[in-house]
Amino acid sequence: MQPTETPIKAEARNLSFYYNGGHKALKGINLPVHEKKITALIGPSGCGKSTFLRCFNRMHDLYPGNQYEGEIVMHPDNTNILQKAVDPIEVRMRISMVFQKPNPFPKSIYENVAYGLRVRGETNKRDMDNKVEEALRGAAIWNEVKDRLHEVAFNLSGGQQQRLCIARALATDPEIMLFDEPTSALDPIATASIEELMSELKNKVTILVVTHNMQQAARVSDYTAYMYLGELIEFGNTDTMFTKPSRRETEDYITGKFG
Amino acid sequence: MSMATEVLNNPLELRISDRLAKNFRRHFKERVIEFILMMAALSAVATTVGIVAILLYESAGFFAHVSIVDFLTDTQWTPLFEDAHYGILPLVMGTLVTSGIALMVAVPLGTIAAIYLSEFASHRVREICKPILELLVGVPTVVFGYFALLFVTPMLQKIFPELPGFNMLGPGIVMGIMIIPYISSMAEDAMRAVPMSMREGSYAMGATRFQTAVRVVAPAATSGIIAAYILGISRAVGETMVVAIAAGQQPTMTINPMEGAATITAYIVQVAMGDLPHGSIGYQSIFAAGLVLAFMTLFFNLLGHLARKKYREAY
Repeated sequence: MQPTETPIKAEARNLSFYYNGGHKALKGINLPVHEKKITALIGPSGCGKSTFLRCFNRMHDLYPGNQYEGEIVMHPDNTNILQKAVDPIEVRMRISMVFQKPNPFPKSIYENVAYGLRVRGETNKRDMDNKVEEALRGAAIWNEVKDRLHEVAFNLSGGQQQRLCIARALATDPEIMLFDEPTSALDPIATASIEELMSELKNKVTILVVTHNMQQAARVSDYTAYMYLGELIEFGNTDTMFTKPSRRETEDYITGKFG
Repeated sequence: MSMATEVLNNPLELRISDRLAKNFRRHFKERVIEFILMMAALSAVATTVGIVAILLYESAGFFAHVSIVDFLTDTQWTPLFEDAHYGILPLVMGTLVTSGIALMVAVPLGTIAAIYLSEFASHRVREICKPILELLVGVPTVVFGYFALLFVTPMLQKIFPELPGFNMLGPGIVMGIMIIPYISSMAEDAMRAVPMSMREGSYAMGATRFQTAVRVVAPAATSGIIAAYILGISRAVGETMVVAIAAGQQPTMTINPMEGAATITAYIVQVAMGDLPHGSIGYQSIFAAGLVLAFMTLFFNLLGHLARKKYREAY
């Protein structure tokens, strides 16, 4: 399967990023994100993969002095979501995120999932109940929590908390989901369940995932991008990338000669 | 004889090498430090115990003359009159009403200030505002007292012409303003301690700053915010100068803030500064009043402790 065969959901065009203080963390990145596929970003620590991911929901806007250059164009509306005129809140309404460390809110399991809906002004209890259940089912955690929806979310195990965070990000029907090293704080069993979940989720949503675990990228993703020192070194079909990468640096990293 | 040879002489411990043997000098030093630290900690505990003991001892003399039932149920407090009554209720009322007004001012304003400083203000604004706000703590309470009497009350009299010169409303409001920095500073610290990852989680869901502050950060910091309120309550209940100066010193059984009244603290300062002979019942009455004050503060602290335990959040 070639990268051009599926429609493109979003695409970075000559994207550079400067942290407050002028450090250039991303250097002119061009990368397509294919619709309803999983795109993995790999590379050694500090290569800018998380920085790149966080451009997609304008997370960098939370801290003063950060600066974007270039574009991230989202389809089908063909809008550059990095424009000053675009409201980051609107972007985050369409692109949700799952973090490295599970970060449930100090609320009940139900309220955690309902949060995004409430923020969007949803008040109808029946609709809310349905959407919460649907999201919890979608995140494969419904059976474990259906009898204790009103217990505080901190009582869940780490893996359950992460699936709850996925349910939270899923409840608002996002077009793209960003995963920032979603399993790095989890044990192997919880990791396997999250990976399985991601493979199911791609039927309905486009996924962009940062991982420092190459086996994970190979297992779950359709496309892989290898980044190094703020640059995109190689992008391609995951199978091709892991069997016959075209760049020497990629091969070195994948085979563990470096990184 | 050195330690090493001592150890070597004991056949059971033969395998302990010279370098692993217990270092007695280090051990001794640790013990000395531990002792000094413990004494420092004990000094605070001993003071508290001492105060409570003296309060109990002196009030025992008072309660030999006045029955506890009268003390707790009589609605008049006139220990210095010919027809003496020893009902603590008017003083408790005065304390609760002035503290209540103070909290109605300080809790909302202090919380809002804390939310602003922690979640909205830029680094620069916070660095300028916080020290200025905390400067309020340094203003002597006697200044606040005259401020209440000579500035706030006359201003309130323009709105309520029938308000007497001594009333509970003016000093209550001023006490509230005085307490704001205690509450805002502590509540802000609690909110700033909420990890950034939790805020990011909220923003990533498309929440605004206000939604994030009110729905995620404040609930996560509940236990610290409650601690701030408790500190505020303790300050209000224990405050003396402002109410002694501006609320009048007339024990009155009323919950009407437009009237003057005496608080427990105001009564204590009145008697302690007066010329009542030691050992007289009027003199002893201030220890009974002090005991009630100590119990009130203890009660609020316990309440706060329970609330904090209930709302403790692990993140």
